[in-house]
Amino acid sequence: MAAESIGTSTHWTRHVVRHAGFAGGVLALIVVVALLAPLISPYDPIAQPDIIGLKNAAPSFVHPFGTDSFSRDVLSRCIYGARVSLSVAGLATVIAVTLGTLYGAIAGYAGGVIDAVMMRFVDAALAIPRVLLLIAILALWNGLPLWLLVVVLGVTGWFGLSRMVRAQVLSLRELDFVAAARAVGASSPRILIRHILPNVVPTIIVAATLGIGHVIILEAGLSYLGLGVQPPSASWGSIIQDGADQVGSAWWISLFPGLLIVTTAIACNALGDALHAAFDPRHTTGAMAELDS
Amino acid sequence: MSESLLRVNDLRTYFHDAGAIARAVDGVSFDVARGETVAVVGESGSGKSVTALSILRLIRNPGRIEAGSSILFEGREMLGLSEKEMRDIRGNRIAMIFQEPMSALNPVLTVGEQIAEVVRVHTDASRHEAWERAVEMLALTGMSDPRERATAYPHEMSGGMRQRVMIAMALVLRPALLIADEPTTALDVTIQAQILELLQKLQEQLGMAVLLITHDLGVVAEVADRVVVMYGGEVVERATVTELFDSPQHPYTEGLMNAMPRLDQKTARLTTIPGIVPPSTSWPGGCRFRDRCAYAWERCEMEHPPLYAVGENHESRCHLAIEPDRRQSPHEPLAARAGAHQ
Repeated sequence: MAAESIGTSTHWTRHVVRHAGFAGGVLALIVVVALLAPLISPYDPIAQPDIIGLKNAAPSFVHPFGTDSFSRDVLSRCIYGARVSLSVAGLATVIAVTLGTLYGAIAGYAGGVIDAVMMRFVDAALAIPRVLLLIAILALWNGLPLWLLVVVLGVTGWFGLSRMVRAQVLSLRELDFVAAARAVGASSPRILIRHILPNVVPTIIVAATLGIGHVIILEAGLSYLGLGVQPPSASWGSIIQDGADQVGSAWWISLFPGLLIVTTAIACNALGDALHAAFDPRHTTGAMAELDS
Repeated sequence: MSESLLRVNDLRTYFHDAGAIARAVDGVSFDVARGETVAVVGESGSGKSVTALSILRLIRNPGRIEAGSSILFEGREMLGLSEKEMRDIRGNRIAMIFQEPMSALNPVLTVGEQIAEVVRVHTDASRHEAWERAVEMLALTGMSDPRERATAYPHEMSGGMRQRVMIAMALVLRPALLIADEPTTALDVTIQAQILELLQKLQEQLGMAVLLITHDLGVVAEVADRVVVMYGGEVVERATVTELFDSPQHPYTEGLMNAMPRLDQKTARLTTIPGIVPPSTSWPGGCRFRDRCAYAWERCEMEHPPLYAVGENHESRCHLAIEPDRRQSPHEPLAARAGAHQ
């Protein structure tokens, strides 16, 4: 019995580690490229060397991703665009996760009327499609600064997570160890932060990983519509937009940033799923066998 | 008797739910002196755990400690204290250990962190000092290699180990009173004895009083100085442990003892008390035990028995105290007859 459960658990662990490892590896590579952009990038991403002779040059050894209508090197633009796309998505997710965790934890721990009112607000917010909400908000500004885009993406992204955190806190606060914490004199904020929230961390990590992928796509969509990242900064989404009206003739301008977005989003989702499986107690056969004994 | 550390007087804890009132604890009084062990005995639903939680004021909605109740601890009326003042007492002056050591420990914190947490809540100790005290306390519970064990998570430990951790958590600040709610119920018999022995040893070392909540008379005989027997939210008998075992006065106590296996008597079959504790929303008038009692007569229906003094430091809530002849003529309890018909 013992040998068997150890066997299955290591097999399963290997399976998860392989998937998580691959997805994590891809993400890590993209992050490293973004960080080292000035060292790696073959050209200056905004230089326009020969606006007539090098306009819309097809991919070649000199310009692997081709050039755009201003003769800018698309590869270099994609490398620098990774910085914008990733930092916007990362920071927005940090904001969303912080807000969602706090809001959900407070609602779940308080319970009763406070919980009911707080959650009805979330229900209402979730009833509005996020893209629509974003377009409505972003349309108020004409060329909004990057930091504001981050804030707006973060502030509209925490509703779902707050529900998950709230549900977990609601069940956690009924457990004996919370009663035990109360019995040793811990105050409510302390119980919430020190005793309950650590139990929610897996949920938060999974939600954050999945969230980053989602925000990258969202930001790309908004930038494509001209509502997101404003020139001269360029995210992957805005590079797609650069080539949008000439996809027929110069497809490379839009294709490569598009592939990068898809790859990154899939890697985030795969990593999120793998982490979810790793944290889910129903998968951890080894630990469960120990609980039963 | 020495100065009393805890004095519970006429404690009433009611649960108000949708019009119905569950009188879980209904006028309970007892006291605990410094350093002594008082056992509260009773079956499920008798109100013993609610009594324990009431002392720490951990009763949650819709439960309420009713006006007129009094809990004096170290001379202070606890029912008048603010929540902040109560927090200073919990875990510090009065500690509690729970029945199920697995669920009462936080699965994502190491056991050392959880013990240190108690120190950090109540003192200005640094993280490091608190950790050192946790390790020291673990060593005191007889855990070998405490420094290493402190870094383990609860699921990495056996049931007996976890209960030692719970004890370490409860005693790290040297409380004056330890409330132990069925501390050995979830453990193997062999481990039970070890844990009881450990509790007694630590009680002697640290000079604390213990309020032991249990349904196990074997445990009571082993460790208690005095016993409070609860039934139907009330104290039905109160005596020193020798008095109680030598001459139990209340039929309920008698029933509990007959339900316990004994080495010095040869019995083919253990007797049970017929029926169950009535729901706390509708205690019967008169004596609450009468339907399950082999002596019940008219008086028990009409008159709620008071706690009669039946000896020195011995009280019993049974009319037999004033009509002792009735003891000669036992009959089949009502609950047994009803049960036979079903």
